[in-house]
Amino acid sequence: MESANRKLGMLSAIPMVVVLTLSFVAPLVVVAVFSVMPQKTFSLLNMPDFSAYAQIVQEGYWKSLAWSLGMAFAATAILLVLCWPLAYAMAKVFRRFTLIITILVVMSLFVSENIRLFGWVLTLMKGGLIEGHLRSWTGVGFDGLLYNVPIIVMGLVYVYFPFMLFPLAQGISMVPDDARQAAADLGASRWQIFREIDLPLAAPGIVVGSLLSFVLAAGALAESKLLGGQAVIVIADEIETAFTYGQDWPLGSALSMVLILIIGGLAIFGISRVDLDEIMGKKRR
Amino acid sequence: MKTSRAIKVFLYLYGVWALAVLYLPLVSVSFASVSKARYLTFPIRRYSTEWYGKALESATVADLIRTSLLVAGLVTVISVTVGFFGALAYARYEWRYRRLYQKLILLPIFFPQTVLGLALLMWFNSVGIIPTWKTAVVAHIVWIAPIATLIIAIRAYSFDPALEEAARDMGASTWVTLKEVTLPLLMPGVISAGLFSFLLSWGNFPLSLFTTGADSTLPEWLYAKMVSGYSPLVPTLGVMSVGASFLVLILAIVVPWLVRSARENRPRHPET
Repeated sequence: MESANRKLGMLSAIPMVVVLTLSFVAPLVVVAVFSVMPQKTFSLLNMPDFSAYAQIVQEGYWKSLAWSLGMAFAATAILLVLCWPLAYAMAKVFRRFTLIITILVVMSLFVSENIRLFGWVLTLMKGGLIEGHLRSWTGVGFDGLLYNVPIIVMGLVYVYFPFMLFPLAQGISMVPDDARQAAADLGASRWQIFREIDLPLAAPGIVVGSLLSFVLAAGALAESKLLGGQAVIVIADEIETAFTYGQDWPLGSALSMVLILIIGGLAIFGISRVDLDEIMGKKRR
Repeated sequence: MKTSRAIKVFLYLYGVWALAVLYLPLVSVSFASVSKARYLTFPIRRYSTEWYGKALESATVADLIRTSLLVAGLVTVISVTVGFFGALAYARYEWRYRRLYQKLILLPIFFPQTVLGLALLMWFNSVGIIPTWKTAVVAHIVWIAPIATLIIAIRAYSFDPALEEAARDMGASTWVTLKEVTLPLLMPGVISAGLFSFLLSWGNFPLSLFTTGADSTLPEWLYAKMVSGYSPLVPTLGVMSVGASFLVLILAIVVPWLVRSARENRPRHPET
């Protein structure tokens, strides 16, 4: 039985491993190789000279990277605070309402993120849903709320909300009620229960949620383009420009590599710390 | 430790508020889609459905919808097939490299999609493939097949391996066991994975952005119009796209329910 399981496991993993090797690992290798090619070449058969990386430092592309990482960090921190009460309620307080929230939040995921962000543009712009109605009722208007850094962060918070909410709720549901009860009986304050019981026991959910939000937000493009106008240029935007208008594939590849190394490192570090069987609800035997 | 009444009320209100904010942009888009004016300002003075008529007549729109459907359909079939076996390897069988494999599957999900699309574009270019909607199918699969795997895996965790072992002990071959025991048991997971695959592919644009070549999907076209300037067709098509997804979702919930109640009212015929 054991050996049959081993063989079947290996066999059924084959299609997925083939898909990921051909269309995930191989493209990343190509990006890595392109990133060390001389500038403005379109072939992999040149002498590597690493000049694209030098260009990143000299021409200030690190600023875009800093903006992307900074806004992703802010969005993740805001999401943790915003989602915690709701995730807690979904795991421990609500009954039917948890199902309703789950269905409605998942449904929103099926709406293209650019349509949802465009909806925010219509809501917040001058003459939009909020400003337009306010002016027609009170006669006092204000300039649109768009095209600045806080609104980009809000867009990130909005788009990646489900990616924080669900892992967090899953993490909190792993905190046994007995442990919280015991702590309360022994005289722990609410704050102490939160810090000493909830946080450590829900840690896998916190790690997965924060990691997903941060990583996806750091590589996000549409939020800054649609909501931010030209307020800041994010790293994904620089990468796109290098590939399209710039026609400089090595530069685009080098910028991608820097981003990939940072978020890939974070993702691998985070994922290796979490027991995937446990968080996905494997029965304990 | 009971949650006090005041906190409970606060949490319910908070939940309702979160859902309201989540759907607020769609409200704006819906209003915009029925505005008569070519240049939109709120509050809307005159309503009209003329843009819907224009959208339905347009050949471009029909083309966009056909491409998007084709991509989403293929992505669903391939992702669910790969994901079904992938989930067995993920959750059901104990094998040597399982832990490593579980982590490998998560990586494409933890990856910026725009960058993934660009990486694929360079990869296709360096092996001499010209991007069309078919390459977009590949791009969607990289991200959606792992998601399908995870959804089916959740189901695979909760089933009892003893059922499979019993079938095998009674002489069923591996193939028959898979077809007669494993697949029916995992069916609910397979169906939700199919639904997710279709809808995520239908709505996805960061992956399509660089991988469709000269073809274009609906979300990609919308994005191009949003970035380059306003077109009254954008909110209209946005609402139509969202409406189509929700319709699929509702059908997917209602049809199995109808089938189940029809089956219960009918005498069972013997299995062959």
